[in-house]
Amino acid sequence: MSGYTAHFRVWRGDVGGGGLEDFKVEVNDGEVVLDIIHRLQATQAPDLAVRWNCKAGKCGSCSAEINGRPRLMCMTRMSVFERDETITVTPLRAFPVVRDLVTDVGFNYQKAREVPAFVPPEGLGPGEYRMMQEDVDRPQEFRKCIECFLCQDTCHVVRDHEENKPAFAGPRFLMRVAELDMHPLDAAEDTGLDRKRTAQDEHGLGYCNITKCCTEVCPEGIRITDNALIPLKERAVDRKYDPLVWLGSKIRRRSSAD
Amino acid sequence: MHSGTRAAITAPHLRTDRWWLAPAGTAAGLLAFIVYSTWRAFSDAHYYAAPYVSPFYSPCLAERCEPMHAGPNWEIFGSWWGVSPAIIILIFPLGFRLTCYYYRKAYYRGFWASPPACAVAEPHKKYTGETRFPLILQNIHRYFFYAAIVVAGILTYDTVLAFRDENYEWGHMGLGTLVFLINIVLIWAYTISCHSCRHIVGGKLKHFSKHPVRYRMWQWVGRLNARHMQLAWASLVSVALADFYVYLLASGAFDDPTLF
Amino acid sequence: MSVVERQEWDVVVVGAGGAGLRAAIEARERGARTAVICKSLFGKAHTVMAEGGIAAAMANVNSGDNWQVHFRDTMRGGKFLNQWRMAELHAREAPDRVWELETWGALFDRTKDGRISQRNFGGHEYPRLAHVGDRTGLELIRTLQQKIVALQQEDHKETGEYESRLKVFQECTVTRVLKDGGRVSGVFAYERESGRFFVLEAPAVVIATGGIGKSFKVTSNSWEYTGDGHALALLAGAPLLNMEFVQFHPTGMVWPPSVKGILVTESVRGDGGVLRNSEGKRFMFDYIPDVFKEKYAQSEEEGDRWYEDPDHNRRPPELLPRDEVARAINAEVKAGRGSPHGGVFLDVSTRMPAEVIRRRLPSMYHQFKELADVDITAEAMEVGPTCHYVMGGIAVESDTAAARGVPGLFAAGEVAGGMHGSNRLGGNSLSDLLVFGRRAGLHAAEYATGLTGARPPVDDEQVDAAAAEALRPFSAEGEVRPEGQPPENPYTLHQELQQAMNDLVGIIRREGEMEQALEKLADLRVRARRAGVEGHRQFNPGWHLSLDLRNMLLVSECVARAALERTESRGGHTREDHPAMDRDWRRLNLLCRLTDPTGGLAATDPVAGQISLTRETTDPIRPDLLALFDKEELVKYLAEEELYE
Repeated sequence: MSGYTAHFRVWRGDVGGGGLEDFKVEVNDGEVVLDIIHRLQATQAPDLAVRWNCKAGKCGSCSAEINGRPRLMCMTRMSVFERDETITVTPLRAFPVVRDLVTDVGFNYQKAREVPAFVPPEGLGPGEYRMMQEDVDRPQEFRKCIECFLCQDTCHVVRDHEENKPAFAGPRFLMRVAELDMHPLDAAEDTGLDRKRTAQDEHGLGYCNITKCCTEVCPEGIRITDNALIPLKERAVDRKYDPLVWLGSKIRRRSSAD
Repeated sequence: MHSGTRAAITAPHLRTDRWWLAPAGTAAGLLAFIVYSTWRAFSDAHYYAAPYVSPFYSPCLAERCEPMHAGPNWEIFGSWWGVSPAIIILIFPLGFRLTCYYYRKAYYRGFWASPPACAVAEPHKKYTGETRFPLILQNIHRYFFYAAIVVAGILTYDTVLAFRDENYEWGHMGLGTLVFLINIVLIWAYTISCHSCRHIVGGKLKHFSKHPVRYRMWQWVGRLNARHMQLAWASLVSVALADFYVYLLASGAFDDPTLF
Repeated sequence: MSVVERQEWDVVVVGAGGAGLRAAIEARERGARTAVICKSLFGKAHTVMAEGGIAAAMANVNSGDNWQVHFRDTMRGGKFLNQWRMAELHAREAPDRVWELETWGALFDRTKDGRISQRNFGGHEYPRLAHVGDRTGLELIRTLQQKIVALQQEDHKETGEYESRLKVFQECTVTRVLKDGGRVSGVFAYERESGRFFVLEAPAVVIATGGIGKSFKVTSNSWEYTGDGHALALLAGAPLLNMEFVQFHPTGMVWPPSVKGILVTESVRGDGGVLRNSEGKRFMFDYIPDVFKEKYAQSEEEGDRWYEDPDHNRRPPELLPRDEVARAINAEVKAGRGSPHGGVFLDVSTRMPAEVIRRRLPSMYHQFKELADVDITAEAMEVGPTCHYVMGGIAVESDTAAARGVPGLFAAGEVAGGMHGSNRLGGNSLSDLLVFGRRAGLHAAEYATGLTGARPPVDDEQVDAAAAEALRPFSAEGEVRPEGQPPENPYTLHQELQQAMNDLVGIIRREGEMEQALEKLADLRVRARRAGVEGHRQFNPGWHLSLDLRNMLLVSECVARAALERTESRGGHTREDHPAMDRDWRRLNLLCRLTDPTGGLAATDPVAGQISLTRETTDPIRPDLLALFDKEELVKYLAEEELYE
């Protein structure tokens, strides 16, 4: 296989407006979309703005939408496209655009701050933590997250409804709540913080209608919906809606009153 | 669809693949089942052919039910119940499936277009998800799960009864028994693989290491749960087929081949 | 000159990788108002790429481990060139730094009894690396990031403001450390997003910017690794130490171009992978140096038996030390026996069944599958050496991480020199970040809060000069150019620089080539002054690169000059014309300083250049630390007079 010329359409512009610009650009064997964007920078559009860093799918910087699908540019191989296919690259559409392919992802950092941090257990000093592998397996899956924010971008709750942003933390940060709630030594409950309840009351878990787009786009293959969001919904149900739990707590309260 | 500060792209989506295929297929499949089951549930006929009872009509709880020998018919509802007895019981499996985490995804996407597919704009102006009535009721999935266990238990009983012949002699098996067996296995697999079940058996625990048995159950349910979608469809088809098989027998269109 | 926004902070940390974040946490916890500035988004630093683990003698897996053993391993790995006091502090404090991460929410892989699991790694006598699968760096960065958020949440509760005491300025670049007389007074920076300039006034600045790999063509490093911190320190008057020591990892991916340089983990070879040239020959058997002849297999049959029966057979030569393997691969490619894309073949597919490969090397299987479309269970990988880490860096005081000669300037992490000597052991970088990141933050905070009298003022002239320097690339076109030459494309300059460093100051170094490199660097310096960019200041990558070029050129010259000066081979520095290690060089450190500290960047003379070198003799190793080694071993490293002092 040798090089060929591909047809790219790249969104260029800023908050004031912009549009798709056409480029003919050389593609070589084994390249990914980010390579092509870099070639555009080096040869045709030196001020084309793009955010990237590790180029190996580990940092989650080069998120964009390629042919309408949220993806990491460094992990999208050119070989998945037909040679005569027009490849459209746009910035993430759920966030304010800064310039060209760069968006303002500040929403995510703001949401990160709203999730109360890990609460260390009292009476355990550094070096005294004991946790079993089977207990850390679950939160470890969520900690694989590289914070590319593709799930935040694709989630229709905020993608299609800007007005939901204040009330909804998004898949990434609901997953963070789940991670902390499943952390074997998180002592939030001792301080009166009920993560299960706040997931619904403060982080907007109820907005999620489990349509699984977050899971579909996750480059790390984290099963966000099945392993984080639904278990979190179930935990919220424990608190609020479960008939047996409700009955159990009634009986316990009565017997302890006796 | 896009606020003032987002990149000015007017197209509701830029996907070039056939993204509409999956929701269209889902909608078509669900619609077919709805049409079929509505017809059968209201038909109030051809639901019993000894020893088989249609899963749509089991348990049969009205006076008007056809007599089933040792079968699952208890006349809890008197003669005042004037319509098909299927309606009484179908509420439960219907509710279970309606609030199921997989079916929710399927019909939100397929019927509601909320969203139709990933990164494809939804047509609605407002969206509040499952935060308020009526969709907040999705949270009662667990009630229906408990009920679904009971229903599955009764269908298991029906399957046991299917090891009789048409004269209620034990120790026989027909093609219908096989159909019922396959159906009940799929029903159980679907019911057990439910996300609520996964939560109840172990998911709610903070420390698996202190509950080794529940941990193992959770892992096992988890493996099934990964196939929840497939099981949802398989059991939907199998339950319709089991009913249709009974219909064929009861209406005399077909004779149950006896295996032994 | 336009008015530049100014803010006052106590401590400014440049860089938000492991060292920077750890420093910021410490400084804030010691009561200093702390600002962090980083080029990428918060949480994306290159630390996320670290896979193996954090070396710390916690003795969770083997109770024989302790800090002394770790210290010994580190000194051996660095061929005794390490700043011994740093190596000592590092070995002593690493376990506390790891345990502390757990109290901030980190979840390491566990042992059966619930402790932090530790794994074996090259050069470490015992299983010592705390890890999370193969994504330890990500866990580290995320934990520190979340700790910072936790501190901000505390501040929010108290002051109603998240960023009142600890703020991260993300996607900003520092171009100058500002000074008041001899001491630090702040930094000059610009926002990458808007191109807007700003000044952070602070008496203490911690540099934690990482490495220099982007000056080389083939590297495992990301775009951020342009030696910014090294250059900032130089420009501020601080010396760099032993810059000739650059670690090349023998096996990086060579194809496809998009991932050239990305690491192929050492365990591929440890698990049975073999190296072959284009003729299908296992060439490593031809490259066993005499000193290792006893310890390595002489035939393929014997080497193959070792995997099953290591007690009665010698190990295959694929497992020679990194520098030996890198040199051998280099020689094969130069001799025309390389693979189609300029590497050699690393093959596991004919050595192990497919499912064993997938089980033992899952990340490698996926890395090749997803990035190269190569199924390593069915075909060989193509690999070649890749620039990985710089052992040299800012010369610092061992205990305080204070940069020498500039009060108020501190450095930690890869940008600081000395800790690893001539060669770093795997796993020691993450522990280095934590140990010295904390120390830098601590001492920076103490320095800043302990200042008596007025804070060092920021000089307007320096701010104007820094702004003018940063804007140069936009005016390049308008300037009167000699012979009417067009402005230079910064991308082209960068490529030429990388090619020159790779070819002329790479793994194997020769006097003539390094002299050639210095001439090339001088030429590039001249042309870099004409580097021009189009467009405006808002997120303009061409402009950013033009500014980074200054740093890469400075640092590259340090590497080339120091490499030319050190006439021996040791660790990450291999001289073809001086192939042996020389005990007399052990005590000698090479310090790089700016020749013209007034900032005359016009220095273009290839002989004088911008950098001047001085030799310095190090302090003798403390006797109680020397006593940890056998005499027979010390004889190999230490000069006679050191042994009998």
